[in-house]
Amino acid sequence: MSIIFVLIPLGLGLLGAAVLAFFWAVRSGQFDDLETPAWRVLLDDDSRPPPGGDDPPPD
Amino acid sequence: MTATCLHCGAAIREPVTRTLEIAGGRRPLCSAACEAVATRIRDDGLTDFYRFRTAAAAPATGSSGTARWAAYDREQLQREFVTSLPDGTREADLLVQGVRCAACSWLIERAMGPVAGVREIAVDPLTTRMRLRFDPRVTRLGELLARIAALGYEPLAGTVEAGDRAGLAERRAGLRRLIIAGLGMSEVMTYATAMYAGALQDMSAEIREFLRLVSMLVATPVVFYSGVPFFAGAWRGMRGGRPGMDLPVSLAIAAAYAASVWHTFQGSGEVYFDSAVMFVFFLSCARFLEMSGRHRALGLSGALARHLPRVATRLGTAGPELLGVTELEPGDRVLVAPGQTVPVDGHLDNTTARFDESLLTGESRPVHKRAGDAVIAGSINLLEAATVRVERVGAGTVLAQIGRLVTTARAGRPRLVEVTDRVATWFITGVLLLAALVGAAWWLYEPERAFEVVLAVLVVTCPCALALATPAAFTVGMSALARRGVLLRRAGALESLSRATDLVFDKTGTLTEHTAGITHVEPLGGGEAAALLALAAALESRSEHPLARAFPPAAAALAVSDVVAVPGSGIEGCVAGRRLRLGTRAFAGALATAPEQAALADSAGGQSVWLGDATGLLARFDIAEQVRPGTAAALAALRGAGLRLAIASGDQPGPVGAVADTLGVTTWHAALQPAAKLDLVRTMQRDGRIVGMVGDGINDSPVLAGADVAIAVGSGASLAHHAADCLLLGAGLEMLPPAVRHARRTMHIVRQNLWWAVAYNVVAVPLAATGMLAPWVAALGMSASSLLVTFNALRLGRLAPAAATASTPAAQPVGAALP
Repeated sequence: MSIIFVLIPLGLGLLGAAVLAFFWAVRSGQFDDLETPAWRVLLDDDSRPPPGGDDPPPD
Repeated sequence: MTATCLHCGAAIREPVTRTLEIAGGRRPLCSAACEAVATRIRDDGLTDFYRFRTAAAAPATGSSGTARWAAYDREQLQREFVTSLPDGTREADLLVQGVRCAACSWLIERAMGPVAGVREIAVDPLTTRMRLRFDPRVTRLGELLARIAALGYEPLAGTVEAGDRAGLAERRAGLRRLIIAGLGMSEVMTYATAMYAGALQDMSAEIREFLRLVSMLVATPVVFYSGVPFFAGAWRGMRGGRPGMDLPVSLAIAAAYAASVWHTFQGSGEVYFDSAVMFVFFLSCARFLEMSGRHRALGLSGALARHLPRVATRLGTAGPELLGVTELEPGDRVLVAPGQTVPVDGHLDNTTARFDESLLTGESRPVHKRAGDAVIAGSINLLEAATVRVERVGAGTVLAQIGRLVTTARAGRPRLVEVTDRVATWFITGVLLLAALVGAAWWLYEPERAFEVVLAVLVVTCPCALALATPAAFTVGMSALARRGVLLRRAGALESLSRATDLVFDKTGTLTEHTAGITHVEPLGGGEAAALLALAAALESRSEHPLARAFPPAAAALAVSDVVAVPGSGIEGCVAGRRLRLGTRAFAGALATAPEQAALADSAGGQSVWLGDATGLLARFDIAEQVRPGTAAALAALRGAGLRLAIASGDQPGPVGAVADTLGVTTWHAALQPAAKLDLVRTMQRDGRIVGMVGDGINDSPVLAGADVAIAVGSGASLAHHAADCLLLGAGLEMLPPAVRHARRTMHIVRQNLWWAVAYNVVAVPLAATGMLAPWVAALGMSASSLLVTFNALRLGRLAPAAATASTPAAQPVGAALP
């Protein structure tokens, strides 16, 4: 059973990593809008704009 | 079948002249501007926008000229909404007008993402906020904004209020606390399970000590980071002499944690890390939900004024110039291009124009304005360029005033919240005393269990329906109403509105329009009614007489000349080469040389205007008060809701009776002075009725003040000056029945929550006091109760489907036609 003296600190290390990752995600605004991303998955993004699509629009 | 525009969904009159080849079919378009936008969307490969959007786009206005946006490159203007980042890029915080659903934000993000110089772009469809990070060395902001305008949207340099930033920070902090508590709880529960199992299977003391130590390590940040809001709240409550629900919560957390730490170092006794951590996590969940509901409510209906543009085109002596709105002075003339938002309050200067005042009134029907009419900041100019003479700017505008009203009403505390707050204070004092008593009793009876039982009592009592859910229900309920164009000026109005048994209506301006309308056209000389009406309308377009407003806008094709107004009689002039007279019967008939026609009388009810030419009388136009559209249905719905209706008017019995008959109201009082109206309301109140007074708020303020709940109907500029509790921003009464229903629902949910809290505590407290609940069971029960009442209160934020579509155009069936 003494293996848990290794495993639990290891688990705590992973926990710390998860907390850091989450804090980073919160700070970079990933949780600010929870609505748009749900829609984005429904929309195709395969189609690239055709060449020349970057020109300013004709006014 | 009429065709609808692919882009904006407007009906197109046949024949359709503009079409666009898109997704394998030809779709009609309404204007050159919409065509340009739709073509651009198609050519960028973003046709999916039309498939997935849930609301039609705003009509394109063709305001994508790059020159207009170049003003945004000026440094002093950018200072207000652009921040420079250390890596040389800049971030602009803008509002995008016209964003109506998630597909819109997708369209902008996809179209702008690949543009050179754009580093990052995010559009939030809920608040229509856009964050645009760009590289000023590669591109200019004005150019980027022009591109967004080319997609049919109107970027505005909004003011990001301090409140928004604070809200975001609060949300992020709440999330961090929540995740620390959640992860911590999962860990500590794992160790706790191991220890419970180990207690049965002879776990070695060494491992047990280790697990306790690790539990303490994980629980410490949960208590001291995630638990901070509870401790802070408890401290605030104690200092203010009003112990809130935070006090027993904090005591329980602190006691459980301190005892567990003590026992860990002692190496004997029980540890309660699991209970403490679980308690913190579930309570944080409830707090976070309540906070989200509150932010959503504020973001949607509050802070109206930030929708105003920050730049305006001033017509100076040296021609038009762009400048910041704050630099404008009253009396300046401002040019508002079609599709632009009016940046100031003022008067229309030199043209007639149509405005969309939906930001204020929730009603998207265009409002027709003539020269000299008041124009409100925040309304959108629809058709032609208009010039507005500036009257008020910034914080002085009606929009800003209404925004402040909403904020003040929110800050106020309804009577019920006051009461529940006082009750909560007593409740908590009681709980603390009870815990002390129970502790003392157990100390005498079974000292080793005393601590555990006191902990369970502290944890299990749940004042959350009093302290958390009731205010949340009021906030969310008021915001849901505000979204429907019903503003509450004091928080208690929701309660009085739900209790009202009688509604008394003023007539003019409330049930009927302020201006009269034509109810009947009687052709006399054999002409066609519509043609005669057009002739009369053309003539009346030159008249300043109040009755002239009853006639529809004149057709441009009819040339009008030689107009002479004869006061007291009517108006004479040449329309399309024909000499006509419009006015009293004698005046209109006097143009004829032929003998007097058969005796004709004015119509029985209202007034009549006669049209005549050289051959005699041509037509009679009956003019009477018009009942506002939708009024009859609204009154029927109110009667259906069990309210007694009555009309109290200062007008003569004839017209009042006619209106009452039309609307099916049996109780009506005519020819009442304001004081008599007030007496009427007082009499009803003495009979134990709870009376709501509905008026236009202009001449009946004494009655409004005397009623239990005063509701003002109105539109636009006069709104901010009312003394009413409740303002219906739309032009009619349509929103009154849903408002009453919603108020009743809010109170219903508040009562439900209170009953639940009573029932729960009656069951749980004795169980805990008799030692039948372990602390962790108590924590679970209290948390579940908190979450339940909070969820129940947040249900109010959902609108009934009918109302949700009332202010926004319904989804167009365009997507269905695309493959």
